[in-house]
Amino acid sequence: MSEYNFAYLDEQTKRMIRRAILKGLAVPGYQVPFASREMPMPYGWGTGGVQVSAATLTPDDTLKVIDQGADDTTNAVSIRKFFEKTAGVETTEETEKATIIQTRHRIPEAALREDQILVYQVPIPEPLRFLEPRETETRKMHSLEEYGLMHVKLYEDISQHGAISTSYAYPVKVSERYVMDPSPIPKFDNPKLEMDAIQLFGAGREQRIYAVPPHTKAVSLDFEDYPFEATKADHPCDLCGAENSYLDEVITDDAGNRMFVCSDTDYCRSRREAGHAGRLAKEDAA
Amino acid sequence: MTQHAQFSGGFQNAPVDAAHAFRAAMTVMARPGKIRELKGVLPPGPLSVATGTLLLTLCDQETSVHLAGRINTSEVRNWLVFHTGAPITSAAEADFAVGTWDELMPLGSYRIGTPEYPDRSATLIVECDELLPQGSTLRGPGIKQASHLSLPDVGVLQDNARLYPLGCDFFFTSKDKIAALPRSTQIGAGD
Repeated sequence: MSEYNFAYLDEQTKRMIRRAILKGLAVPGYQVPFASREMPMPYGWGTGGVQVSAATLTPDDTLKVIDQGADDTTNAVSIRKFFEKTAGVETTEETEKATIIQTRHRIPEAALREDQILVYQVPIPEPLRFLEPRETETRKMHSLEEYGLMHVKLYEDISQHGAISTSYAYPVKVSERYVMDPSPIPKFDNPKLEMDAIQLFGAGREQRIYAVPPHTKAVSLDFEDYPFEATKADHPCDLCGAENSYLDEVITDDAGNRMFVCSDTDYCRSRREAGHAGRLAKEDAA
Repeated sequence: MTQHAQFSGGFQNAPVDAAHAFRAAMTVMARPGKIRELKGVLPPGPLSVATGTLLLTLCDQETSVHLAGRINTSEVRNWLVFHTGAPITSAAEADFAVGTWDELMPLGSYRIGTPEYPDRSATLIVECDELLPQGSTLRGPGIKQASHLSLPDVGVLQDNARLYPLGCDFFFTSKDKIAALPRSTQIGAGD
């Protein structure tokens, strides 16, 4: 612990990131460029989220890290250990007890409170990037609020598939101004973007920080005749029986058998501890 | 100012104190109208504790600071330069500007960002006599329904909000208290 400055980054880097976070909060959904540092992990492993967390953490915080909803995957475990070592903060797997939650690709099922902060790891912050590769052009499109191309993309979804087939990284319009990529969360999570907690987004390789303050409008783009729908697998959780949580499909053998389980491991565990049981709960216990 | 005063008054434990200070600054910027305590630094007068703490939390050699009016003394300049290394500049070039409301005006002299880069705008740190959760009605991002804050000049701030997404952002400080008003907030007149 004593070998590192608190939370790994040097103070000047933290100040630079903190200034970017404040600008991001002042202009919700706008991508603020920042001088992303090399971190002791490869790009794609949450370098942006880690830098935002490092600039936000205080020694009083309790940190939770999830990867696709799970606390016990490699990415989540290593980042949790990283901050245990470099910041000496307490860590937890319980959403309830955390003050800062760093997440890759999910919003926890439990509603977040005012005193919590959600930090997203973002791979490609620019929602228009796959439609227009040039940064100079996407900048201009954001400045002119020219988002027609995004609607064309959703329209093409409908013309090819009969429905909006975009199922993750579903674009939202924040505070009636900027179209934002909510990082590749499933569109099931999009309605939760309007929450009580502060949401910060960090993209390390792409060097962008953006933010959604609490109680900020985040409207998923859609059409009057094809309204946005927050979809999930039409199935209850096989372990805890939850009907309304986002599910992972797990193949269980070579015969094609499968099970559906909550992607949010803490939510599933707390439900099972409270006595809820799904289809395969007994086998699980055995 | 004695040499001692110039070199003293900084954070006792910079990484931790600045982290707490930033959290207070982030909370008020994310929740316009909310008033929080901000301390940890003892700046020379007439800087308030909150202003001094905020400057040491956010400023360094990469940020230019404009000191307006009676705050622009050699004492304050020496203290700020010693602790942050921030270049002192004019209003037109400033990333941060510090002063009382009247001394900071006119608002038109500050950078408001460009359409492509609205973040390239000035943040004003306004020294106030007091901060009260009453007066103007605030609505917008970060506010559940409405919040209230004593603002110095509603008309000028409404004009600033109309420039959205361009415009300046504001911190209001008084003694060891801080509140903020980002450009995204819609301001109504009375309660």
